[in-house]
Amino acid sequence: MAKILMKGNEAIAEAAIRAGCEAYFGYPITPQTELLEYMSRRMVELGRVFLQAESELSAINMVYGAACAGARVMTSTSSPGFSLMQEGISYIVCSEVPAVVINVMRGGPGLGNIQPSQGDYFQMTKGGGHGDYNVIVLAPATLQEAIDLTILAFDLADKYRSVATIIADGMIGQIMEPVELPEIEPPKRPEQPWALTGAKGREKNIITSLYLGGPNLEKVNLRLQETLEEIKANEVRYAEYMLEGAEIVVVAYGTAGRIAQTVVQEAREEGIPAGLFRPITMFPFPYDRLDEVAKSVEHLLVFELNAGQMLEDVRLATRDRLPIHFYGKMGGVVPSPAEVLAQIKKIASPQQGER
Amino acid sequence: MHEQIIISGFGGQGALFAGQVLTYAGLKEGRNVTWLPSYGPEMRGGTARCTVTLSDEPIGSPITDSPTVVIAMNPPSMEMFEPRVKAGGFLFVNSSIVSTDSTRKDITTIQVPANDIAEELGNERMANMVLLGALIRATGVISMKSAIAALEENLPERRRHLLPLNEEALRRGAEVVEKVVRG
Repeated sequence: MAKILMKGNEAIAEAAIRAGCEAYFGYPITPQTELLEYMSRRMVELGRVFLQAESELSAINMVYGAACAGARVMTSTSSPGFSLMQEGISYIVCSEVPAVVINVMRGGPGLGNIQPSQGDYFQMTKGGGHGDYNVIVLAPATLQEAIDLTILAFDLADKYRSVATIIADGMIGQIMEPVELPEIEPPKRPEQPWALTGAKGREKNIITSLYLGGPNLEKVNLRLQETLEEIKANEVRYAEYMLEGAEIVVVAYGTAGRIAQTVVQEAREEGIPAGLFRPITMFPFPYDRLDEVAKSVEHLLVFELNAGQMLEDVRLATRDRLPIHFYGKMGGVVPSPAEVLAQIKKIASPQQGER
Repeated sequence: MHEQIIISGFGGQGALFAGQVLTYAGLKEGRNVTWLPSYGPEMRGGTARCTVTLSDEPIGSPITDSPTVVIAMNPPSMEMFEPRVKAGGFLFVNSSIVSTDSTRKDITTIQVPANDIAEELGNERMANMVLLGALIRATGVISMKSAIAALEENLPERRRHLLPLNEEALRRGAEVVEKVVRG
């Protein structure tokens, strides 16, 4: 199939449509707005549900409602909007219904700016809302990966009856790149005996996130944790680049991971044995594989568009057995490959770097 | 090939669209391509720029601080990107409104009076295509044929009648380079 040129936000939207997304609820926010705009056009053409809510709070609760009814449902937003959705996401997870949430991150905290950032890593991978839970977090570095992971997100949300998210950023949202879109097929979804479809001829279903009194809520929590363990066992994904003979390994994801690929290539050209480890699932984080990789290298360099958030997971994975360096930019600043390469050179020959 | 091209100007000068034409043309020629805009609250008057990468290899970083080619459509772009052009690279200057010249000896600088030529063509908004024509002729990163095909496919319906004018602008830009080469 011929490759076509698409903008990131539109590519994610089209991927969702091809994954069989039946309902979309959202609220505009830069740098994600083209995604909502694309859905407003295409979903209506296809006779599916598009609704621009009055806020992110209502959007996520509309997602909750549609998910309870068994629809394939999605919303998309950017950082401040993602914060607003946390309560709803916590309810959806507790209710064990599937939904997909796209976060095209921008600079924060606060209203911040609209430039690319990875500042929501903690919020996305460590729960985000109240209570004991995690959501699945998938990190695309290219638009093709964004498409493939968006489709995967729907399948994983269904499989685990939970929330699957895409951790993207403004650069992925705005860049144009050739992509291949999969053919439209009816999605293969698991049976949904729990869905609220009208209780004609069967026992009524109850979906709730309220469990007052007694040990009921504990049981729910134990089940949620069991599901998380399954996710950790089955769904870890990562990419590796030039790890053979590598002494300095960059750990980076998404846009930073993409920049790091060029950095590693340039370092190799200069004779520095560098490699790249790029987690694709941020939850579940590839702790075991990273630990394995770290056993045969001298240094890790964690590179993120934030103050050092994944850094904590890298330290957990390796128990600080080797020197872990960090380079990050905050507030929507994206460093060039040359700036990251300078960090690798500093690690490779410290004296030279200090001069 | 691995070219990273920055096209920079005021919002409204068509820097982003010129970059898209380059990107579509690159794709037509079988390259890996990326088009990354600087995005922000900038319609007309602010700064607008994009970075286009054309490569035979899968593209890692779509950003760079040492582009191989720069089109500086206005004075601030000249100031910002002239020092960053990679040694051996090309700098195209919209000399209609940029009065400074490059002092660098390690790059090829080509002055293109793009606004003047566009005005001669009767539409000053063609300045971006004049500069793109010069870029194509001097660097050969894409062919003129692919550029015209990309224009044909990507000009929005309401601008379709401007296709011949766009093509003419590309040719006039190329002629500027031919004159420089002939000396």
